[in-house]
Amino acid sequence: MERSLFGFIIRYSKRDQLLIVPLVLASMVFYFLSLDLPKTIINQAIQGKSFPDPGSTAPFLKIHFALPGFLGGGVLALFDGIEMQRLPYLLVLTIVLLVLIVINGVLKFQINTMKGWMGERMLRRLRYVLFDHILRFPLPRFRRVKAAEMATMIKDEVEPLGGFIGEAFITPLFLGTQALTALFFIIFQHLALGMVALGIVLLQAFIIPAMRRRLLVLSKQRQLDARLLAGRIAECVDGIVEIHSNDTSNYERAEFSARLGKLFRIRFELYQRKFLIKFWNNFLSQVTPFLFYSIGGYLVIVGKLDIGALVAVIAAYKDLPTPVKELIDWDQQRLDVQIKYNQVLEQFSAEDLTPAEVQAMMDTPALPTQGTLRAANLSLTDESGAKLVDGVSFEAGLAEHVAIVGAQGCGGGELAQLLARLVYPTSGTIEVGGIDMTRAPEAVTGRAIAYVGSPAYMFPVSVRENLLYGLKHRVIKERTYEDDEALRERAFHVREARRTGTPEIDIDSDWIDYAAAGVPGAQEMETRIVEVLQVVDLQETIFELGLRSAVASERSADLGASVLRARRALHAELDSLGIGEWVERFDAARYNRNATLAENLLFGTPVGRKFDIDNLAKNDYVRRVLVETGLIEDLLKTGHKLAETMVELFSGLPAGHEFFERYSFIRHEDLPHVEEILGRVRESGLAGIGEDDRNDLLGLPFKLIQARHRLGLMDEAFEARVVEARRYFAAHLPAQLIGAIEFFDPERYNSASSLQDNMLFGRIVAGQAGAATRIGALLRKVLDELGLRPQVVKIGLDYQVGVGGARLAVADRQKIAMARAIIRRPAVLIVDQAVAVLDSASQLRVTTNVLEHRKDRCVIWFLNRIDLAERFGQVIVLERGRLAERGSFVELKSGGGALKKLLSAG
Amino acid sequence: MSLEQEVELIRQFPIFSKLQPAMQKLLCFGSERMTYAPGQPLFQAGDVADAAYIVIEGTAEVSVPTPGGPVVINTMGRNAIIGEIAIFGGVPRTANVTAVTRLEALKISKDLFFNVIRENPDAAIELIRILAERLANTTSQLSRTITRPR
Repeated sequence: MERSLFGFIIRYSKRDQLLIVPLVLASMVFYFLSLDLPKTIINQAIQGKSFPDPGSTAPFLKIHFALPGFLGGGVLALFDGIEMQRLPYLLVLTIVLLVLIVINGVLKFQINTMKGWMGERMLRRLRYVLFDHILRFPLPRFRRVKAAEMATMIKDEVEPLGGFIGEAFITPLFLGTQALTALFFIIFQHLALGMVALGIVLLQAFIIPAMRRRLLVLSKQRQLDARLLAGRIAECVDGIVEIHSNDTSNYERAEFSARLGKLFRIRFELYQRKFLIKFWNNFLSQVTPFLFYSIGGYLVIVGKLDIGALVAVIAAYKDLPTPVKELIDWDQQRLDVQIKYNQVLEQFSAEDLTPAEVQAMMDTPALPTQGTLRAANLSLTDESGAKLVDGVSFEAGLAEHVAIVGAQGCGGGELAQLLARLVYPTSGTIEVGGIDMTRAPEAVTGRAIAYVGSPAYMFPVSVRENLLYGLKHRVIKERTYEDDEALRERAFHVREARRTGTPEIDIDSDWIDYAAAGVPGAQEMETRIVEVLQVVDLQETIFELGLRSAVASERSADLGASVLRARRALHAELDSLGIGEWVERFDAARYNRNATLAENLLFGTPVGRKFDIDNLAKNDYVRRVLVETGLIEDLLKTGHKLAETMVELFSGLPAGHEFFERYSFIRHEDLPHVEEILGRVRESGLAGIGEDDRNDLLGLPFKLIQARHRLGLMDEAFEARVVEARRYFAAHLPAQLIGAIEFFDPERYNSASSLQDNMLFGRIVAGQAGAATRIGALLRKVLDELGLRPQVVKIGLDYQVGVGGARLAVADRQKIAMARAIIRRPAVLIVDQAVAVLDSASQLRVTTNVLEHRKDRCVIWFLNRIDLAERFGQVIVLERGRLAERGSFVELKSGGGALKKLLSAG
Repeated sequence: MSLEQEVELIRQFPIFSKLQPAMQKLLCFGSERMTYAPGQPLFQAGDVADAAYIVIEGTAEVSVPTPGGPVVINTMGRNAIIGEIAIFGGVPRTANVTAVTRLEALKISKDLFFNVIRENPDAAIELIRILAERLANTTSQLSRTITRPR
């Protein structure tokens, strides 16, 4: 990257800048003319100097130049003009003025747009370059950078740069010529007045920047502190568990407050200075008209200046302070963004940046397929000079399984990262199948070698996307566009991408390298995914995710029908086993005691937030239904009784007691409020309480599940009335609420409910021992019989894993990472303690499965459990970065060396 | 049977009788009321001990696995409390408990039980007394089983 901002601007936007210059110059001509014309209008047309008699005419558009003496003097007459009378003359002149103003406006519009475009293009280029740098930073550097700070720099801090780049040359040119034109015009009218204006301008140009010097220092400080603040917030978010578990939230609050205080202090001073400067600026620009009116007025009175010229001077001067002020602003902005640019640059400069060629996109580089992996004299030294890996040499066939073992701090993880070429060795070489991996581009290392670390990162997309992530090295099939609109859009994108030095590769193309996964296309990929899921012991988890997902039936036309078939089959199965009543089915004519009161009333699944269970009592339509069916009084009584029970049960418990979370209908902090309501009910009865109290009580019982909570608050009559209200609710649902709920219908698929709920079409009854397990097994059986399992798995694969995979269990994340690595069939699979978080049985299962799956393909596994080393052909034992011994497990075990020691220690 | 009746039931147990009425009610409210079919296990030896059970209706058999097959060591009926020892030991179940008839029981989860005992020292002392008694019983039962001529 260029060391200076202006270097960067000139290098990449010279052409664009030059294109604008003619427009700026043209606009100045029109500007000058528009300044000059009012003089003619006042002097000639209004005051009538050219019209001594009512009937006389004056020439319009007379173009005569007074030739200077050295050209022989005299007048050069280009055009003698059209003779006109006074009124038409005035009219024509004013229209010309209007036209000039409009032309000037159009030119300005054009200049501004081009400036904006140019700035945005440069911003795009700059952001891309910075992001590219992040992708090319060596891994150790990421220990020192904070993600949030990087993000603020690329997103926010360079933003003003884009704005400035548009202004960098054009603004001084535009404003400078404008100011000069105005000044020249004033001087041309009257020298003394011109000198006054010039004096004031010079004063402005010296005083204001001097006052602003401190502002720059402050804004630089503010930028640094704001960046640190962003980093600090991210730190707290990342360390939130530590904050809670150590009770340091108040320490963090104080720390944050101190930072805010510092920022405020800077801003405080900034504002004070900024407005002081503004005051001076305004004062200086407004003192000039005073001088003009007094001096100019005097000159007019004594007849040394005509009134038209004075008006024109004043008009011209009105335009003078603004460009001067803006020029000063520009200058400050220049200093400001230069500081910003240098600061950002400082953060992004790195001597050991991976060369761009290493990451170049390659179609089909030569990949190692057979031979051996040869590590020779590998060493890695950290920043402090400590040797993490020290002269390790070994050889393994590309069909061999190698275990790396060692005690804490043995350097196994570092060796694994070296072999995966994630870090470059300080010395030594790695060769795989005859290719030197230390020098190979990422197109080779990233396809021949797969690395699974711990914890592995999940991108916040679906499970499927995460699994296929390792196959997106390059565009496999370019996307084609049919209609003109899309073609134009694409052409625009390509053009702009080229202009800004950013890649024009179409992200919407097909990037998935099916061949690398060993399948011909997308169809077969599904089978391959399922196969891989089985290897990492994840198929059941994904299947369950599918069952718990709600899928819009539009997405696959026959899904709804299939699920309905499964529903019927499941019910038949339950009935035939005599456990039909284990699921209390939804029946439009009956109250479901295993469902919540809300579900019973709505008799459907809410879509969106309109009929959210927490705000049901406040929903206008629900209120109308409750009132018109008379249910509202029952509900109020129930709410009251429920409130009494909750207060009785929970008021003795301390705040934060886990029972609140688990069992209470009322949060601890709301208890006093509810007690107050109960007090008011005791005083004035249920009918006498206010609207707010009523709302609060009405909202309570909606989560009540009769069979589970066993509070005996609802009798059969009440239940019958709820069923009545349910009918009313459905019958009178206003048109605009129709999309807000999907009703339960035994003959219809409910796209707002999960697949599982769709199949059950009811609720598993409370208190039936083993019901959930048994029904779960039956559900699977039914799906298997109907051949629907692949479809459910497919839906499970669409499950969104959340930020960093947070919606998945840690163990599942590791399994997905493992699947992501093996799906692309790398020549070498490197595993860096990646299954350590799994429970002991799963570790064994996954390790065995992966080794079986990669029979005859190379695996290098840094093990956390030494006993598993038995399953590998070769064992490498490390001791403090050095290779202590290597050989087969049996050999080393009986040898009495390092492995023996490790085994007896562990 | 509603919550009120369950409260009446647990009140008869010495461990719970010393609790505040509100706490007794809370204990029932937080518990699950489970139904078991004849032959259905409540839990088996080796399971994680995650709950205690109070029999409301029906009978259950307690057996221990031996090399020669399970040996029934006890039968529990209405108003018996089952499995409360193991949840305090933090060890897996040592015996099988199986419903003999249709069985209804109040299942008190370990967390709930712990929390209630923690809030009430009197109940804790009562629990210790019961455990001591139970230990003495089991010991004498065991010695009778061993010394009995085959």
